[in-house]
Amino acid sequence: MQRTHATTTIAAMAWILAVSVASTSAQSPEAQGREVAEQADRQDAGWHDDASTMRMVLRNRSGEESIRELRRQSMESTEEGRGDKSIIVFDAPRDIQGTALLSHTKILEADDQWLYLPALKRVKRISSGNKSGPFVGSEFAYEDLVSQEVDKYEYRFLRDEACGTMTCAVVERVPLYENSGYTKQVVWWDRAEYRVQRIEFYDRKGTLLKTLTYHGYQQYEGEYWRPDRMEMVNHQNGKSTALEFEGWEFRTGASEGEFTASRLRRTR
Amino acid sequence: MRTGLFAAAAALAAASLPDAGWAQRAELTGEAALEVRAFPQAPLGPGQAQARLSPSARLVPEFLYEWNDGAWRFTVKPYIRFDAHDSRRTHVDLRELGVLYLGERLIVFAGFGKVYWGVTEVRHLVDIVNQTDAVEDIDGEDKLGQPMLSVTMEGAWGALDLIYLPRFRERTFPAGDARLSGVLPVGDVASYGSSAGAWHQDFALRWSRPIGALDLGASFFRGTSREPRFLLRQGEDGLPFLQPHYDVIDQLGIDAQWTGDATLFKLEAMTRGGHGERFVAATGGIEHTLYQVFGGGTDLGLLAEFMLDGRGPTAPPTVFDHDVFLGFRWAANDVHDTAILGGPVIDYRTGEVLALLEMERRLGDSWRFELEARFFANTAPGGVPHGLRRDGFVTLRLSRFF
Repeated sequence: MQRTHATTTIAAMAWILAVSVASTSAQSPEAQGREVAEQADRQDAGWHDDASTMRMVLRNRSGEESIRELRRQSMESTEEGRGDKSIIVFDAPRDIQGTALLSHTKILEADDQWLYLPALKRVKRISSGNKSGPFVGSEFAYEDLVSQEVDKYEYRFLRDEACGTMTCAVVERVPLYENSGYTKQVVWWDRAEYRVQRIEFYDRKGTLLKTLTYHGYQQYEGEYWRPDRMEMVNHQNGKSTALEFEGWEFRTGASEGEFTASRLRRTR
Repeated sequence: MRTGLFAAAAALAAASLPDAGWAQRAELTGEAALEVRAFPQAPLGPGQAQARLSPSARLVPEFLYEWNDGAWRFTVKPYIRFDAHDSRRTHVDLRELGVLYLGERLIVFAGFGKVYWGVTEVRHLVDIVNQTDAVEDIDGEDKLGQPMLSVTMEGAWGALDLIYLPRFRERTFPAGDARLSGVLPVGDVASYGSSAGAWHQDFALRWSRPIGALDLGASFFRGTSREPRFLLRQGEDGLPFLQPHYDVIDQLGIDAQWTGDATLFKLEAMTRGGHGERFVAATGGIEHTLYQVFGGGTDLGLLAEFMLDGRGPTAPPTVFDHDVFLGFRWAANDVHDTAILGGPVIDYRTGEVLALLEMERRLGDSWRFELEARFFANTAPGGVPHGLRRDGFVTLRLSRFF
């Protein structure tokens, strides 16, 4: 009896010790934050390639709207240390119809980007050092739209908190790549499926600049979660941009050979 | 001939129509534009159109049909221009008409089309596939549709374009009594170095490959020179005119761009034989962008391009023999995509200046306003722009896209 009690006590103590060791040594806020990002990355891995249409609704301070419609296609990175490849093609406004942007994203270095101008049938390699400027007049910067590789940031776990009906891990991340427009971002990942629910962007002065929220997540292929809508609100200029996605397709049979500068000339 | 080709292409498109259920796409888009050119100065010649304002209109519809999941594409894009004062600028062209096959590593196009090669902004030295539609603008960027059969192959080694060009197209020139026609009118009938004339069979090829931050291309062309030289002739009325003459040439070119974080380095160079003595020409420069200047989201690019050309007097004349372009590109990054590009091209030997300015802004969702200004200053007698020195102009264009 005595002995049993002692064993239980020891077992309980060992368990407590193990848990506390795990959460102190292996689980510094930095490691814990990174683990959340890695978990999110793992949950979404293996999609190979995807495509969808995207509608950008740009709203100014007085609520006037301006619409851009585009088709997008991405190819998941197959190599360690390299990012995804993507092509976006504009369908509207009509005067930029057929304009296309090819990106070969990297982790920390500047991405390789080519712009296709259909009126001249000209492909231009463009500088991508500037990631923080407005993307086609929207409240999204280029860096907000490219693939979010784990190694692009340093992380710090802040807390778990309720987000809607779910629980979210709240993690602060600091961009490691050059020329970011942000000093930090705070990301809300839901604990259920590790989907991004909300991101707050802090500008170079450290003030809250923008908030991005994700809406209407749907699961595709029984695995991959994609939002129907993303809403970016700029707190400093009062403007906002919504991205509305439709027609998600996965494993379309796309190959890497379709993401080349030479083929970009044939985009329509 | 155009009608025949059209019918053939349509028949080809119809013959390879897909089985039901394969993804297809049909689209009719295009642009309709009204423009007015304002010439602040009276023309040089008393016979030239005296009007200071020259209205004009263009319609550029484009029909596209894609089938078999986009692996096949048929396009037709006519170009219709009406000009109030230049009978030659009033013209119709087929910018595109053809069928494209997009395979995994192979792309084939047959029909009228356009191919652009090059990296620099002002002078386009290696861009040789299409003829310039010179009545459209003096910047050489408007091109006539070129009949071609082109095959593009891609691999780890890069991309290779092989282009067969069965029929040459003559450059367009303003009517003799129109503005921008120069001192002497250009005649209607060209002469050729080849006895086959416009049917000389031409070939072009280009290899290109991005290597890290460097985009590299090498090209070769053998066929009828897209640039004419001019022979002084006397018309039946006893008046002198210029007859365009097209030599058979070979041209070897390279183009390269190194892309940095905010700076681009560009180079185009070529050597050409066939106009008498072989010569070398090069253009290159730098484009440096200052991001988010003036406290906002706007970008300011600073451009400098040098132009050197070793051609002799027996070769077609060029404005860009010893020139430097110092320009800027300003992009507002606003919802209207407002942008301005401009600057002078200065001949550093003669001091001759060609000033360029282009501005564009979208209005609403489907309209666009453009301003283009081209002026000449300090022209030297004997040079190409001297005859155009009073023809500096501003074009205002309002386009509706559909």
